[in-house]
Amino acid sequence: MIEIKNVRKSFNALEVLKGINLTVNKGEVVTIIGGSGSGKSTLLTCINGLEPINSGQITIDGTDVHAKGTDLNKLRRKVGIVFQQWNAFPHLTVLENVMLAPRKVLGLAKEKAEEIAVKQLTHVGLREKLSVYPNRMSGGQQQRMAIARALAMSPEYMLFDEVTSALDPMLVGEVLDTLKMLAEEGMTMICVTHEMAFARDVSDRVAFFHHGVMAEIGTPDQLFGAPQHPDTQAFLASVR
Amino acid sequence: MFDTALTWSDLAFLAQGAAMTLAVTAVSVTAGTVLGIVFGVLRVQLGAIWSAPLTFVLDVFRSVPLLIQLVLGNALQSIAKLGWAPFTTSCVVLSLYTAAYCSEIIRGGIDAVPATTRRAARSLGMTWWQDMRYIVAPLATRVSLPAWIGLTLGVMKDSALVLWLGLIELLRASQILVTRLQEPLFILLICGVIYFVISFPIARLGGYLERRWSPND
Ligand SMILES: Nc1ncnc2c1ncn2[C@@H]1O[C@H](COP(=O)(O)OP(=O)(O)OP(=O)(O)O)[C@@H](O)[C@H]1O
Ligand SMILES: [Mg+2]
Repeated sequence: MIEIKNVRKSFNALEVLKGINLTVNKGEVVTIIGGSGSGKSTLLTCINGLEPINSGQITIDGTDVHAKGTDLNKLRRKVGIVFQQWNAFPHLTVLENVMLAPRKVLGLAKEKAEEIAVKQLTHVGLREKLSVYPNRMSGGQQQRMAIARALAMSPEYMLFDEVTSALDPMLVGEVLDTLKMLAEEGMTMICVTHEMAFARDVSDRVAFFHHGVMAEIGTPDQLFGAPQHPDTQAFLASVR
Repeated sequence: MFDTALTWSDLAFLAQGAAMTLAVTAVSVTAGTVLGIVFGVLRVQLGAIWSAPLTFVLDVFRSVPLLIQLVLGNALQSIAKLGWAPFTTSCVVLSLYTAAYCSEIIRGGIDAVPATTRRAARSLGMTWWQDMRYIVAPLATRVSLPAWIGLTLGVMKDSALVLWLGLIELLRASQILVTRLQEPLFILLICGVIYFVISFPIARLGGYLERRWSPND
């Protein structure tokens, strides 16, 4: 369970998160929508401790992410994240990209790490690309590789930050299908997305962020069907 | 062309000079690179403000002519009664000079690794050290290599200046023979060929590695 309690976060004078409260239960898929600069990406990077917070608390299965003694490297093994920019390790093949962390972070033997990597790459449809270097693949393939790379750590939670927004429209579908597959398999996920149809389709709950505040949260039917907050209504009207 | 007073023992004398050039270069480039990596990483980690004093000192080493550094370095070690041999003094000064340039090359290489790539590595649970070792080091090496090869070749040629501390390296050895035999063109030609023979493999190594890596990135 991920529990976010009254989290505030500023970059210098700019307050980006203004008291966020959100609990995500095991097996749940929560999507976050909202305008540019509303703090969606920042929240994800705070959840796995890549960014510090100013006040409040984020706990993952009871572990306080931002407490002094917390071993973030250990915590991050169970919280995978995939970013908007495809950030393959360009000097490694697809297989090596996915094997690296299981070998070095989990300390698995080469054969075991390779077995896991091949399994995850097959899962996202990249079985044919094992020995290819990332720059020889499309954006959609690189993004699916990034998903496999995160999954190879056997995380219990996955965070996705607009993983399709840097892709050609043609390639969006294959990546969204991969996310849907994970959701159906019961992965606990927080997805930031601009794809409203996708959000409606996979989410248990949808949260709308506006200027650093979570203005509204509810089931897809509630939020898309009968939005309560005027800002949610305005946002949904603008993206339709 | 074959009508020369140059003897086998003169050639051996030149070879000894070349060996001295190689020794000074090898020691200085090795020590200078290790130091340069340490300084370069330190500068990136500390950030521009906190590393300003270090950067300033390195800038001094980069801007004062090497000859002056050698002479001053030699004077300092004798004032400090360190009793260093000219070879030691030469290597110490050249190493610091190399380190100053090398730290700049390393810093540039590390900065060229995208922050998002490093963030991805950390988000997989890699420690700072693992990120440095498995992601930053290989990527920064590719970026830094051409400049580092250039630095190494430059240091090898600049190492001729250690003749001012009395070391008989390749250039000094040639000078001595020219004075004695009065055949400047022929001897300097041989000297040039030796410099080339030493440099060529280093220059080719760079090209080889670049070709090996280029299909990947
Ligand atoms: N490292 C940073 N330093 C300073 N300001 C930042 C930093 N990261 C983000 N910000 C600012 O924080 C605000 C929220 O950024 P964030 O990336 O969380 O928004 P977002 O909701 O993800 O937007 P988008 O939909 O455009 O990705 C923005 O105004 C942004 O400029
Ligand atoms: Mg964002």
